[in-house]
Amino acid sequence: MSEETPATAVEALCERVERAGHVALDGLRVEKRADGYALETPAEGADGLDEEGLSAALAEVPAYVTNWHYWHRVGGVGTARRAFLRWCEHAPLEGDADNPGETLAPPSRYEALTDGLEREWGQLAITSRLAGETGERVYEVRHVDDAETAVGDLERLDGPRAARDLTTEDDRGRYRPLKTAPTLVSGWVLPHLSGSDLLETVEFVYPATVANWHRERGGDLDVDHWLETAHRQSGIYDVVDELPREAVEWMADACCVDSQCLRRREWHYEEDDHLSVPGGDGVFPCREPCSLVIAAARKWAILESEREQTWTVELTLSEKNQLEALLEAVADGRVDEIREADLNDGANRYRARYLRAKRAAEGSLFDETGDEDGA
Amino acid sequence: MQALVIVAHGSHLNPGASEPTHAHADTIRDAGAFDEVREAFWKEEPHFREVIRTVEADEVFVVPLFISEGYFTEEVIPRELRLEDWDPERWDSDGTSASEATLEATDVGKTVHYCGPVGTHDAMADVIVRRAESVTGDPDVGEGFALAVVGHGTERNENSAKAIEYHATRIRERGRFDEVVSLFMDEQPEVDDVTDHVETEDVVVVPLFVADGYHTQEDIPEDVGLTDDFRTGWDVPGEVDGKRIWYTGAVGTEPLTAEVVLERAADAGADVGDAIERVRLETGQQTTAVTSD
Ligand code: SF4
Repeated sequence: MSEETPATAVEALCERVERAGHVALDGLRVEKRADGYALETPAEGADGLDEEGLSAALAEVPAYVTNWHYWHRVGGVGTARRAFLRWCEHAPLEGDADNPGETLAPPSRYEALTDGLEREWGQLAITSRLAGETGERVYEVRHVDDAETAVGDLERLDGPRAARDLTTEDDRGRYRPLKTAPTLVSGWVLPHLSGSDLLETVEFVYPATVANWHRERGGDLDVDHWLETAHRQSGIYDVVDELPREAVEWMADACCVDSQCLRRREWHYEEDDHLSVPGGDGVFPCREPCSLVIAAARKWAILESEREQTWTVELTLSEKNQLEALLEAVADGRVDEIREADLNDGANRYRARYLRAKRAAEGSLFDETGDEDGA
Repeated sequence: MQALVIVAHGSHLNPGASEPTHAHADTIRDAGAFDEVREAFWKEEPHFREVIRTVEADEVFVVPLFISEGYFTEEVIPRELRLEDWDPERWDSDGTSASEATLEATDVGKTVHYCGPVGTHDAMADVIVRRAESVTGDPDVGEGFALAVVGHGTERNENSAKAIEYHATRIRERGRFDEVVSLFMDEQPEVDDVTDHVETEDVVVVPLFVADGYHTQEDIPEDVGLTDDFRTGWDVPGEVDGKRIWYTGAVGTEPLTAEVVLERAADAGADVGDAIERVRLETGQQTTAVTSD
């Protein structure tokens, strides 16, 4: 036998069978029957075993036994915590048994866990590994952009709270008001986390995403659509339900698409009135407009109450194109990437300053149509 | 199992707004009195709306890290937490006496003990005093000193002024400081005239705010006359009209505030063991730096 089943795991399993009558997990089933113990894995089976026989048979299937033991210690059957840790190592999720998809059974999972099994959660790359022969798992978290970087080249963080500090600012030192914005800084690693430390880390970096993901898997996600959420607001946010239907589309396009937020937007205008803007491909759902979107909606609700006017402006074709380039550059957050001397880019600072000097010296680019002299 | 959820305002613009909340939550985590401890915010994440589903405990103690009873504690937080049958009457409060109401959060079917705000708990008076000790570096500060407790005033919320008066009265009754006054930003007596309202040469000025922000780091230092421009900072103590002003910044940044959070939960029936004493001792060792620049 190449690998010994740690005696404690066998003991714990036998004890559990004694107390509960059976154990069953990930293809392993051990039962206490009238004629002795029965053990079953997808590959083999035996029955009529006495205690010694059971211990010996369990020792032949170490991956199944230590796997059971680890998950027994994790506990929390039916909780989001357990489901998430199992998902991390591509184990079948309880309740998903009929549809295991790309999940792995213990022997092949153990092989893969030796090298590490990976999952992406937003911009977090989570690796699950076996820590020795007891079945204990350790987890490592780093930024997805650092997946190929040697651990030694990354800054080693000291626990979940350090990860929380990391979420405060983007790589330009600007405050991140939306935790799920795709602007998490890279260059760090949290190695050797326990399962509970992993969960605490994920909770700090992407709060409540595990809970909502779990509810969604159970068909239990309580989505609050735009109108319900807007009607609920009070105080200075009372106005947000005046935002026109089409403006809600523009707002979702501005704030909620994958380039701006990693949550997959599941809310619509109303339950049976869907927005046409795609909700995104994020692994975790967004179940109602967040506080940032509500604050933005207030601004837009006020702005949308203004009347439209017609303006005239005299521009060359290139100047008109340049205005569009400026709008694009700001909307795409590209302004800082434009090189100082790249005068071919309409959003280049010198180009913008030139346009302002030429066309907006008096303050505004535009004239309201209908001025007596038409100037 | 029991969980603690500290609910606070937070900010979309200022990362400092949630710092004290995280710090107090960490202190309580380290004290180990709760199986789970979470922070939740109106403007940050997790939002009030989604925090209770992140805990496994069936019994959840919710403590608002707010200074007074009002719009947030009476309307916004209970609504967003989906506390069934909530009514401010359930607190049966005179404006500063809210303690606890037991309700159910309907999205998760858990029992929620909804506590009164941190700012109105009796123990907050100790935090104000501790803040004075921190800023002067003198654990016995009192004699020869005046203490000014500063709040918003009634413009936004009538109970905010009540909370200031409540603590000022209690500290005054202890007789530790030569004088104790309550001052306000938008009503009489105004913080601008602090030096007119006290006789002593030394005055500790403690704003009753949860976190430092533009009120405590911009308005008040300028109103008091500690600086013409908050951006250039100010001295602690600073000279104004021949008096020494010891300006502390927001009281809620004082580590001892964590103890008041625990007191609130304990008053609502949480089993916190000896955590209150331990937090009191431990936070006595650490005092926050009270400098402006
Ligand atoms: S509403 Fe949801 S999807 Fe949109 S920005 Fe907020 S968290 Fe992201």
